[in-house]
Amino acid sequence: MTTEVSEERKIDLTGLKCPMPIVQLNKLMKELVGGDQFTAVADDPAFCLDVEAWCNKTGHELVRLDNSENQLVAVIKKKD
Amino acid sequence: MSTATAMMPFGDISSLEQRIEELEKQGKNAPDSNAISMVVFSGDLDKLLAAFVIATGAAACGMNVSMFFTFWATAGLKKSGPQAKGKTVVEKMFGWMLPGGFHKRKLSQMDMMGMGRLLMNREMSKKQVPSLSELIQIAEDLEVNIDVCEMSMSLMGIKPEELIDYPNMNYCGVARFIEQSSSSNTTLFI
Repeated sequence: MTTEVSEERKIDLTGLKCPMPIVQLNKLMKELVGGDQFTAVADDPAFCLDVEAWCNKTGHELVRLDNSENQLVAVIKKKD
Repeated sequence: MSTATAMMPFGDISSLEQRIEELEKQGKNAPDSNAISMVVFSGDLDKLLAAFVIATGAAACGMNVSMFFTFWATAGLKKSGPQAKGKTVVEKMFGWMLPGGFHKRKLSQMDMMGMGRLLMNREMSKKQVPSLSELIQIAEDLEVNIDVCEMSMSLMGIKPEELIDYPNMNYCGVARFIEQSSSSNTTLFI
Protein backbone atom coordinates (compact mmCIF):
# COMPACT_ATOMS: atom_id res chain seq x y z
CA MET A 1 0.00 0.00 0.00
CA THR A 2 1.59 3.26 -1.13
CA THR A 3 0.68 6.08 1.13
CA GLU A 4 3.83 8.15 1.27
CA VAL A 5 3.76 11.63 -0.13
CA SER A 6 6.65 12.16 -2.49
CA GLU A 7 8.63 15.37 -3.01
CA GLU A 8 5.99 16.91 -5.27
CA ARG A 9 3.29 16.09 -2.67
CA LYS A 10 1.52 13.28 -4.43
CA ILE A 11 -0.37 10.48 -2.75
CA ASP A 12 -0.98 7.24 -4.63
CA LEU A 13 -4.31 5.67 -3.73
CA THR A 14 -4.32 3.30 -6.69
CA GLY A 15 -5.81 -0.11 -5.96
CA LEU A 16 -7.47 0.98 -2.74
CA LYS A 17 -11.17 0.36 -2.23
CA CYS A 18 -13.73 2.17 -0.12
CA PRO A 19 -13.23 3.41 2.60
CA MET A 20 -9.42 3.26 2.31
CA PRO A 21 -8.86 6.26 -0.03
CA ILE A 22 -10.52 8.71 2.37
CA VAL A 23 -8.97 6.98 5.39
CA GLN A 24 -5.55 7.64 3.81
CA LEU A 25 -6.49 11.24 2.96
CA ASN A 26 -7.54 11.78 6.56
CA LYS A 27 -4.24 10.30 7.76
CA LEU A 28 -2.26 12.53 5.42
CA MET A 29 -4.02 15.66 6.68
CA LYS A 30 -2.45 15.15 10.09
CA GLU A 31 1.02 15.48 8.54
CA LEU A 32 0.26 18.64 6.54
CA VAL A 33 -0.25 22.24 7.59
CA GLY A 34 -3.05 24.58 6.51
CA GLY A 35 -2.69 25.80 2.95
CA ASP A 36 -0.64 22.80 1.84
CA GLN A 37 -1.66 21.50 -1.56
CA PHE A 38 -1.24 17.96 -2.84
CA THR A 39 -2.34 15.63 -5.60
CA ALA A 40 -4.17 12.37 -4.98
CA VAL A 41 -4.29 9.68 -7.64
CA ALA A 42 -6.90 6.93 -7.38
CA ASP A 43 -8.59 4.33 -9.55
CA ASP A 44 -11.59 3.49 -7.36
CA PRO A 45 -14.61 4.73 -9.36
CA ALA A 46 -16.28 5.68 -6.06
CA PHE A 47 -13.48 8.15 -5.37
CA CYS A 48 -14.92 10.63 -7.90
CA LEU A 49 -17.98 11.48 -5.80
CA ASP A 50 -16.33 10.50 -2.51
CA VAL A 51 -13.44 12.95 -2.71
CA GLU A 52 -15.89 15.74 -3.41
CA ALA A 53 -18.08 14.70 -0.46
CA TRP A 54 -15.03 14.29 1.78
CA CYS A 55 -13.86 17.82 0.92
CA ASN A 56 -17.35 19.25 1.52
CA LYS A 57 -17.59 17.50 4.87
CA THR A 58 -14.09 18.26 6.13
CA GLY A 59 -13.79 21.77 4.68
CA HIS A 60 -10.64 21.14 2.65
CA GLU A 61 -10.65 22.63 -0.83
CA LEU A 62 -10.98 20.48 -3.93
CA VAL A 63 -8.94 22.60 -6.32
CA ARG A 64 -9.26 20.29 -9.31
CA LEU A 65 -10.61 16.86 -10.19
CA ASP A 66 -9.64 15.17 -13.44
CA ASN A 67 -11.32 11.97 -14.52
CA SER A 68 -9.53 10.35 -17.40
CA GLU A 69 -8.57 6.87 -18.57
CA ASN A 70 -9.71 5.01 -15.47
CA GLN A 71 -7.65 7.32 -13.34
CA LEU A 72 -8.84 10.05 -11.03
CA VAL A 73 -6.54 12.90 -10.16
CA ALA A 74 -7.63 15.25 -7.39
CA VAL A 75 -5.78 18.36 -6.29
CA ILE A 76 -6.66 19.18 -2.70
CA LYS A 77 -5.70 22.12 -0.53
CA LYS A 78 -5.78 21.72 3.23
CA LYS A 79 -7.96 24.28 5.00
CA ASP A 80 -6.28 26.86 7.21
CA MET B 1 -52.62 48.03 23.70
CA SER B 2 -50.33 50.76 24.98
CA THR B 3 -47.28 51.94 23.01
CA ALA B 4 -44.88 50.72 25.72
CA THR B 5 -45.94 47.05 25.51
CA ALA B 6 -46.05 47.17 21.72
CA MET B 7 -42.42 48.31 21.65
CA MET B 8 -41.31 45.77 24.23
CA PRO B 9 -43.02 42.52 23.27
CA PHE B 10 -40.58 40.46 25.38
CA GLY B 11 -41.45 42.25 28.61
CA ASP B 12 -38.73 43.47 30.97
CA ILE B 13 -35.00 42.84 30.90
CA SER B 14 -35.00 39.96 33.40
CA SER B 15 -37.50 37.90 31.40
CA LEU B 16 -35.44 38.64 28.29
CA GLU B 17 -32.35 37.33 30.07
CA GLN B 18 -34.27 34.23 31.06
CA ARG B 19 -35.26 33.63 27.45
CA ILE B 20 -31.65 33.99 26.30
CA GLU B 21 -30.57 31.52 28.96
CA GLU B 22 -33.17 29.01 27.77
CA LEU B 23 -32.11 29.42 24.16
CA GLU B 24 -28.48 28.92 25.11
CA LYS B 25 -29.42 25.73 26.92
CA GLN B 26 -31.29 24.52 23.83
CA GLY B 27 -28.23 25.24 21.72
CA LYS B 28 -26.04 23.16 24.00
CA ASN B 29 -28.41 20.18 23.75
CA ALA B 30 -28.86 20.47 19.98
CA PRO B 31 -27.74 17.46 17.93
CA ASP B 32 -24.18 17.68 16.64
CA SER B 33 -24.09 17.40 12.84
CA ASN B 34 -20.54 16.19 13.19
CA ALA B 35 -21.52 13.15 15.26
CA ILE B 36 -22.97 9.82 14.14
CA SER B 37 -24.20 6.96 16.26
CA MET B 38 -24.91 3.40 15.21
CA VAL B 39 -26.74 0.42 16.67
CA VAL B 40 -24.95 -2.72 15.52
CA PHE B 41 -27.37 -5.58 16.12
CA SER B 42 -26.27 -8.20 13.61
CA GLY B 43 -23.26 -10.47 14.07
CA ASP B 44 -23.18 -11.40 10.37
CA LEU B 45 -19.90 -10.76 8.59
CA ASP B 46 -21.40 -8.67 5.78
CA LYS B 47 -23.35 -6.46 8.17
CA LEU B 48 -20.36 -5.99 10.47
CA LEU B 49 -18.29 -5.04 7.40
CA ALA B 50 -20.90 -2.48 6.34
CA ALA B 51 -21.04 -1.08 9.89
CA PHE B 52 -17.26 -0.67 10.10
CA VAL B 53 -16.91 0.76 6.58
CA ILE B 54 -19.46 3.44 7.48
CA ALA B 55 -17.89 4.02 10.90
CA THR B 56 -14.33 4.38 9.59
CA GLY B 57 -15.51 6.45 6.62
CA ALA B 58 -17.37 8.85 8.91
CA ALA B 59 -14.37 9.10 11.22
CA ALA B 60 -12.14 9.80 8.19
CA CYS B 61 -14.52 12.66 7.38
CA GLY B 62 -13.70 14.06 10.80
CA MET B 63 -16.87 12.90 12.55
CA ASN B 64 -17.24 11.59 16.09
CA VAL B 65 -18.45 8.03 15.75
CA SER B 66 -20.17 5.95 18.40
CA MET B 67 -21.11 2.31 17.80
CA PHE B 68 -23.47 0.53 20.19
CA PHE B 69 -23.13 -3.26 19.98
CA THR B 70 -26.10 -5.29 21.11
CA PHE B 71 -27.40 -8.89 20.79
CA TRP B 72 -25.68 -10.93 18.03
CA ALA B 73 -23.27 -8.12 17.28
CA THR B 74 -21.92 -8.43 20.84
CA ALA B 75 -20.99 -12.05 20.10
CA GLY B 76 -19.53 -10.76 16.83
CA LEU B 77 -16.82 -8.98 18.83
CA LYS B 78 -15.60 -12.22 20.43
CA LYS B 79 -12.03 -13.24 19.70
CA SER B 80 -11.08 -16.85 19.12
CA GLY B 81 -9.92 -18.98 21.99
CA PRO B 82 -11.39 -21.06 24.80
CA GLN B 83 -14.46 -19.97 26.74
CA ALA B 84 -14.06 -18.07 29.97
CA LYS B 85 -14.39 -20.03 33.19
CA GLY B 86 -17.32 -19.92 35.58
CA LYS B 87 -20.15 -20.18 33.05
CA THR B 88 -23.46 -22.00 33.50
CA VAL B 89 -24.38 -24.87 31.16
CA VAL B 90 -26.68 -22.64 29.10
CA GLU B 91 -24.01 -19.92 28.87
CA LYS B 92 -21.51 -22.52 27.68
CA MET B 93 -24.02 -23.61 25.02
CA PHE B 94 -24.30 -19.99 23.86
CA GLY B 95 -20.52 -19.94 23.67
CA TRP B 96 -20.44 -23.05 21.46
CA MET B 97 -23.17 -21.72 19.20
CA LEU B 98 -21.51 -18.31 18.90
CA PRO B 99 -17.82 -19.07 18.48
CA GLY B 100 -15.28 -16.24 18.55
CA GLY B 101 -12.93 -15.11 15.79
CA PHE B 102 -13.71 -13.06 12.72
CA HIS B 103 -13.19 -16.08 10.43
CA LYS B 104 -16.20 -17.67 12.15
CA ARG B 105 -18.55 -14.82 11.25
CA LYS B 106 -21.15 -15.98 8.74
CA LEU B 107 -22.58 -14.11 5.77
CA SER B 108 -26.25 -13.18 6.10
CA GLN B 109 -26.77 -14.55 2.59
CA MET B 110 -24.94 -17.12 0.46
CA ASP B 111 -22.83 -18.39 3.35
CA MET B 112 -23.37 -21.98 2.14
CA MET B 113 -21.83 -23.65 5.21
CA GLY B 114 -18.75 -21.46 4.95
CA MET B 115 -18.18 -21.81 1.19
CA GLY B 116 -19.58 -18.38 0.42
CA ARG B 117 -17.55 -16.90 3.25
CA LEU B 118 -14.34 -18.41 1.87
CA LEU B 119 -15.06 -17.10 -1.61
CA MET B 120 -15.95 -13.68 -0.25
CA ASN B 121 -12.75 -13.46 1.80
CA ARG B 122 -10.68 -14.51 -1.22
CA GLU B 123 -12.33 -11.92 -3.46
CA MET B 124 -11.93 -9.24 -0.82
CA SER B 125 -8.19 -9.73 -0.49
CA LYS B 126 -7.81 -10.05 -4.28
CA LYS B 127 -9.65 -6.77 -4.81
CA GLN B 128 -7.96 -5.01 -1.89
CA VAL B 129 -11.19 -4.58 0.07
CA PRO B 130 -10.18 -4.24 3.73
CA SER B 131 -11.05 -7.20 5.96
CA LEU B 132 -13.07 -6.94 9.16
CA SER B 133 -9.98 -7.06 11.37
CA GLU B 134 -8.25 -4.39 9.25
CA LEU B 135 -11.33 -2.17 9.49
CA ILE B 136 -11.46 -2.59 13.27
CA GLN B 137 -7.77 -1.62 13.46
CA ILE B 138 -8.53 1.51 11.40
CA ALA B 139 -11.52 2.27 13.64
CA GLU B 140 -9.18 2.04 16.62
CA ASP B 141 -6.66 4.42 14.97
CA LEU B 142 -9.48 6.88 14.20
CA GLU B 143 -10.74 6.67 17.79
CA VAL B 144 -14.15 5.27 16.93
CA ASN B 145 -16.02 4.65 20.16
CA ILE B 146 -17.44 1.18 20.81
CA ASP B 147 -20.09 0.71 23.48
CA VAL B 148 -21.12 -2.85 24.30
CA CYS B 149 -24.54 -3.68 25.68
CA GLU B 150 -24.00 -5.15 29.14
CA MET B 151 -27.41 -6.84 29.07
CA SER B 152 -26.48 -8.83 25.92
CA MET B 153 -23.18 -9.79 27.55
CA SER B 154 -24.81 -11.23 30.64
CA LEU B 155 -27.70 -12.77 28.68
CA MET B 156 -25.34 -14.78 26.49
CA GLY B 157 -22.78 -15.25 29.24
CA ILE B 158 -20.07 -13.39 27.33
CA LYS B 159 -17.21 -12.25 29.56
CA PRO B 160 -15.22 -9.07 28.84
CA GLU B 161 -12.01 -11.10 28.47
CA GLU B 162 -13.63 -13.00 25.56
CA LEU B 163 -13.98 -9.82 23.49
CA ILE B 164 -11.36 -8.32 21.18
CA ASP B 165 -8.84 -5.92 22.66
CA TYR B 166 -10.04 -2.45 21.76
CA PRO B 167 -9.03 0.67 23.68
CA ASN B 168 -12.17 2.77 23.24
CA MET B 169 -14.55 0.04 24.38
CA ASN B 170 -17.02 0.50 27.21
CA TYR B 171 -19.76 -1.66 28.68
CA CYS B 172 -23.02 0.16 29.17
CA GLY B 173 -26.78 0.18 29.00
CA VAL B 174 -29.39 1.76 26.78
CA ALA B 175 -29.19 5.18 28.47
CA ARG B 176 -25.67 5.67 27.17
CA PHE B 177 -26.84 4.87 23.63
CA ILE B 178 -29.81 7.24 23.96
CA GLU B 179 -27.49 10.01 25.13
CA GLN B 180 -25.11 9.41 22.19
CA SER B 181 -27.93 9.05 19.67
CA SER B 182 -29.86 12.12 20.75
CA SER B 183 -26.74 14.26 20.61
CA SER B 184 -25.93 13.19 17.07
CA ASN B 185 -27.81 14.04 13.88
CA THR B 186 -27.61 10.58 12.39
CA THR B 187 -28.34 7.19 13.93
CA LEU B 188 -28.13 3.96 11.98
CA PHE B 189 -29.38 0.47 12.84
CA ILE B 190 -27.43 -2.37 11.29
